[in-house]
Amino acid sequence: MWAVLDFISLWTIPFLLAFIPVYGYFKGVRVYEAFVEGASEGFWIAVRIMPYVVAVFVALGIFRSAGAMSLLAETLAPVLSFFGVPAEILPLVIMRPLSGGGALGITAELLKFHGPDSYIGRLASTMQGSTDTTFYILSVYFGSVGIRNTRHALPVGLLGDLAGFIAAVMVVRLVFGY
Amino acid sequence: MVNLIWMILVVSGVLVAARHGEVSKVTESAMTSAQLGVETVLGLIGVMILWLGIMKIAEEAGLVKALADFLRPLVQWIFPSIPKGHKAMGSILMNMSANLFGLGPAATPFGLKAMQELQELNEDKETASDAMVTFLAMNTSSVTIIPGTVIALRAATGSVSPTEIVGTTIIATICSTVVALSADYILRKYRRRR
Repeated sequence: MWAVLDFISLWTIPFLLAFIPVYGYFKGVRVYEAFVEGASEGFWIAVRIMPYVVAVFVALGIFRSAGAMSLLAETLAPVLSFFGVPAEILPLVIMRPLSGGGALGITAELLKFHGPDSYIGRLASTMQGSTDTTFYILSVYFGSVGIRNTRHALPVGLLGDLAGFIAAVMVVRLVFGY
Repeated sequence: MVNLIWMILVVSGVLVAARHGEVSKVTESAMTSAQLGVETVLGLIGVMILWLGIMKIAEEAGLVKALADFLRPLVQWIFPSIPKGHKAMGSILMNMSANLFGLGPAATPFGLKAMQELQELNEDKETASDAMVTFLAMNTSSVTIIPGTVIALRAATGSVSPTEIVGTTIIATICSTVVALSADYILRKYRRRR
């Protein structure tokens, strides 16, 4: 089972890199020009997320270097270590449903500080990719058509986020053997 | 809420530093962190450009549309309240497949269009319909095959294997989507009975 996941992780990108251009070529797409057109978006996306990342890096940097992060970790360690959750991941868990840019910034900071191939790095990567910004999506989507009563949409969205976080912890521990 | 969290992080950091008599650390880490943030984003640009380029080819080759057709039976089953062949189904499918490919910016216009078309079916224009809540449940729990930004970020921070989290992400995202859709189903039935 886990070997299959390994295989998927290893092969998805090489497969897509080869398959998509070939498929596109035979469908009559001008592959090189389409690539360049799409690629030009990439730079501007990076520019757009830069303020978010800097804002979070600064806040977390101060929080960490002052010793507040280790204080938080020590306080919560008895509860969290029981579930195998590192306290450093908490800011990400709180930020993920609230702000897409903010969560990306926290993930980036965790990867930079702990290394992308550490337990925290792998966990943060998995959490970041597995759910979306619940509050943002609800306000934009419902707001666009003037819905005021959102019924059970918010609890359902947050439950989904929670399930994603728990699943991320369990599957990262199983696959990478922590 | 985001504002409050951000402020708490900064202020509690300054207070803890002051208590330890290390206020100078605040200045120092604020400056270096800002610099580090910019460097991290710059490191991200290469992979982002590569990925969005490849995905543009996929889009123009009709792969998003092909995936949408493939998903139709499943999605019809998830949204029983949408009449067969209604245009809202098409927008929902395009939104889903764009999300699956990790094409966030391309997915949003389809999503907003789907909401408009669902609103046409909705009787009470200020209250979300069943289909709307289900659609949002699916969207907020996000179904992605390739977390492109995370892979780029891992590459930028020097990972030996940037893509090793693809498998774990797929499992976690399936769990979050299944739980969100089940919770939606249960709450819908429960609230109706009351």
